[in-house]
Amino acid sequence: MSLLELKNLSFTYGVNTAFEKKAVNDVSLNIEKGEFIGIIGHTGSGKSTLIQMLNGLIRPTEGQVLLDGRDIWEKPKQIRKVRFRVGMVFQYPEYQLFEETVEKDIAYGPKNMGLDSDEIKKRVEDAARFTALKPELLKKSPFELSGGEKRRAAIAGVIAMDPEILILDEPTAGLDPKGRDVLLTQIAAYHKTKGNTVLLVSHSMEDISRIADKILVMDHGNKYAFDTVRNIFSKGEDIEKIGLQIPQITKIMIGLAKSGYKVSTDVYSVEQAVMEIMKLRKDSRVPAAAAKKEGKR
Amino acid sequence: MIKDITLGQYFPGKSFVHKLDPRMKIILLTFFIVFIFAARNFVSLGIMAAAVFAVICISGVSPKMYFKSIKAIIFIVLFTACLNLFYGTGDPLWQWRFLKITQSGINTAIFIAVRIIALVLISAVLTYTTSPTDLTDGIERLLKPLSVFHIQVHEIAMMMTIALRFIPTLLEETDKIMSAQKARGADFESGNFITRLKALIPILVPLFVSAFRRAFDLAMAMESRCYHGGEGRTRMRVLKYSKKDYLALGASCLIFAGVIICSIYLPATVRTGM
Repeated sequence: MSLLELKNLSFTYGVNTAFEKKAVNDVSLNIEKGEFIGIIGHTGSGKSTLIQMLNGLIRPTEGQVLLDGRDIWEKPKQIRKVRFRVGMVFQYPEYQLFEETVEKDIAYGPKNMGLDSDEIKKRVEDAARFTALKPELLKKSPFELSGGEKRRAAIAGVIAMDPEILILDEPTAGLDPKGRDVLLTQIAAYHKTKGNTVLLVSHSMEDISRIADKILVMDHGNKYAFDTVRNIFSKGEDIEKIGLQIPQITKIMIGLAKSGYKVSTDVYSVEQAVMEIMKLRKDSRVPAAAAKKEGKR
Repeated sequence: MIKDITLGQYFPGKSFVHKLDPRMKIILLTFFIVFIFAARNFVSLGIMAAAVFAVICISGVSPKMYFKSIKAIIFIVLFTACLNLFYGTGDPLWQWRFLKITQSGINTAIFIAVRIIALVLISAVLTYTTSPTDLTDGIERLLKPLSVFHIQVHEIAMMMTIALRFIPTLLEETDKIMSAQKARGADFESGNFITRLKALIPILVPLFVSAFRRAFDLAMAMESRCYHGGEGRTRMRVLKYSKKDYLALGASCLIFAGVIICSIYLPATVRTGM
């Protein structure tokens, strides 16, 4: 049995009004425990709507979400319990900070879970460590922090609930390249230590391909593809057809393959590309000039 | 949900009502409201109700939206109507202890219900068919004479424009913050009054913070485009009365005249104005 199972999930906004719009259309897929899944798609492709159905923030108009094989809407009054198990970090989460101190803000979730104060303290410390918040920041007002620190404090607020599934909606939006790298590394490390399931929504294939095991590609509310990173990128041209960018390095490899070089196209990191090209150089059939050109690149 | 609020909603269109000058629409709306209140018998109220209905029909906005605006106040309408039902004078048609229903009570109840609904609908026509910018533009021009008394008409109008402009933005923001806090286990639906009030803090604090942030950003953006208030400011689009406006004015005057005549020559159904 899968940890999370989506069965013919659909959601329509504004049913029976002039603004009726189907945001998610008949999506079915299984998510196993411990997987790191990247979700990618255009603005308006239904990513955000889809993930909000996974922790019961919105109720699907059709279909079911099964958590451990049970419909999360089985007992609508118990939906909060689902939200504690499926943690959700929204876009620009720093705008949800409200408490007097960072510590209290991170403790908001665990407090709502009804944990005792010792446990809450431990959770707050753990969450702060995972997000690399310095201990002295915990006593400060969240509004005194820098942008990146605020973002991490807000993420800590969700991590502190220790969810089995953590969903992050574009956690790196608006951060500088360095902040983005740091945050992604932290999320990857968190996933590795905790061994829980992480869903990461992003615009950037480059970001996702670095840390995800599998990718879900959404297009106009439909599940376009759901597969391992390797398999998704080997279909690079299809992905480009729906207007998404595959990593530059994969594009280069596809280009090389097109011009007759025998390279694999399911390459998504520079290291892999180097290996592929080195293999090519050893191959005697390749003209020397072409090999030289690749060496320079 | 929050998104269902129709307040200040504008539906672009090309109907006769849409094309009227906002000043004319505001003036006529004021008179419509006055005459809806001035109507003292069913005939004159009937004329006003028919006029409101006619305006709705030519406004070209989906009737659903008008139903929505009534839905929001239906409770108030029913409550006032029920209250008035028991306050009639004359022979009781039905009695239970101190509660009695009379013919005049029924009349007043229906009268008041029709009056409130007509009032809401005609106001809805204005907001549905006039863009917020046009609306404040019209208000600014109409209030201009007040600047003689050193009232900053332009500033007031600008504040209204900004306030109207940010209603949907802030609603959306509230929705987002609510979802984010719900995801952290916030519970807005259970507990007594005090607990529910306390549960709002995690929403209100971020909402205020973001409102101030937006205000500062907007002020900066306006200043960087050299905004310095109303003095010497010219308009890209100057409001002008057209034939349509005079037509609307004429038609409305006829209706108002009808109401006045009916109110004078026919007996009043309702004792008081309200």
